[in-house]
Amino acid sequence: MSDEHVPDGRPIGRRAFFGIVGVGVSGLLWGDQVARLVAKSTTVLPAPVRSAIPLGEGWRIYSVNPPFPRFRRATWSLTIDGLVERPQRLTLDDLLALPAARQVSDFHCVTGWSVDDVRWRGVRFDDLLARAGVLPDATALSFVSAEKPYVDTLTLEQIRAAPDAMLALEMDGRPLTREHGAPARVVMPQMYGYKGVKWVTRITVTDTVKDGYWEQRGYDRDAYVGRSNGL
Amino acid sequence: MTATRTSVVPTASEPPATVPRFGSTERAVHWVHAAAFFSLSASGLALYLPVLASAIGDRPLLKAVHLGTAGLWLTALLALTVGGDHRRLRATRQELERLTDDDLAWLRRRPGARSGRFNAGQKVHAVLQSALAALFVVTGVLLYLGERDTALRFPGTIPVHDACMFVALALVAGHLHLALVHAPTRPALAGMTGGRVDAAFAREHHAAWTPEADDAAWRPSPGARLAGALVLLAGSAATVVLILDTLR
Repeated sequence: MSDEHVPDGRPIGRRAFFGIVGVGVSGLLWGDQVARLVAKSTTVLPAPVRSAIPLGEGWRIYSVNPPFPRFRRATWSLTIDGLVERPQRLTLDDLLALPAARQVSDFHCVTGWSVDDVRWRGVRFDDLLARAGVLPDATALSFVSAEKPYVDTLTLEQIRAAPDAMLALEMDGRPLTREHGAPARVVMPQMYGYKGVKWVTRITVTDTVKDGYWEQRGYDRDAYVGRSNGL
Repeated sequence: MTATRTSVVPTASEPPATVPRFGSTERAVHWVHAAAFFSLSASGLALYLPVLASAIGDRPLLKAVHLGTAGLWLTALLALTVGGDHRRLRATRQELERLTDDDLAWLRRRPGARSGRFNAGQKVHAVLQSALAALFVVTGVLLYLGERDTALRFPGTIPVHDACMFVALALVAGHLHLALVHAPTRPALAGMTGGRVDAAFAREHHAAWTPEADDAAWRPSPGARLAGALVLLAGSAATVVLILDTLR
């Protein structure tokens, strides 16, 4: 066989290659819609199966510093300090005794996946902060995760504009699991998931807005779904 | 057969019991791709499946394995393209991407279809795997860059990467079945390990194929060797930087 010899046949495979790559690249613009339809179609499966299989609930567990923080009920507490009249140290039972808020909301990750219709139970920030008493010059809440160095800040303005913002304690009818931030995480449905600090152990009321973990890495502070981070 | 195996030196009059099917460069490309596939799918699945992600938990380490494998994979493929046997690689690519009338008949399961060195199923598999590899690279690079520049985020990057994974895993499962389990096709495995396949197997399954001489005498030119080595060096250095940046 000489160097210039071309084998018999037609370059059907070559065309197929470019066709598949073309369709795949176009999927960058519509792939998420298909993924959501597939995830919806798995709701017929039992919940434990759904949470374990790919394409099921659709959760992806992101963390920045392994292993996931471990929650021990006997020793765990949530500190509320900063610009408050009475700094607090709340146990999980204290949190559960506060007025409970329930909601169903969608969760959107900035990397492109979403989980629709998540059932949350938790505490609204007004109720959470009532006993501590926020001082007049406060402008923001700084959340500190047990997973160091994850932090994030929501302004009081952002929280007031979001009636569905909460500190969640239960997801889909069960206490938060370890990978979802047990026992308490921030839920801010109108913003991308990186604003929802997991494993919250401290809330500091401040008058400055410090960049959160991902914001220090270029993500937007106003992380509204569909209106930020280039999306 | 038995006589050939027991005699130390086969006599010249005996017909060769095996024929050369794959040269050293083609085999290296295959095994680089295979090794990378298993490392990438293992680390990728551990990042992706909630159960595994929770059990392992060490996301930065898994990301470093995933990205490091991807970097070495592309480096090795590029080095083999630059420093390997171009003539055979090009001939193989042309054979794989062209379908003859016999191939189309083979796909329609018509009896009597004569295959060349590759049958139509192997050609379809190679085309699909190449397209998936290209899409893995495009979406993988976008995932990496999107973490750094929000303008490079697309709603479908992760779904396309995932969809490619499902298709690729199914194809590889079938490929492994035919190579390791399915008795009629199992003799083909020797072609990818030692380069040669049983001559009777070749006549039966690849009737339209005339085997070339083997490539035992082939050696890369000094220039090609240098270029390949430089690609390896540069790619490995870039991969180390990538890994360190991920673990930072």
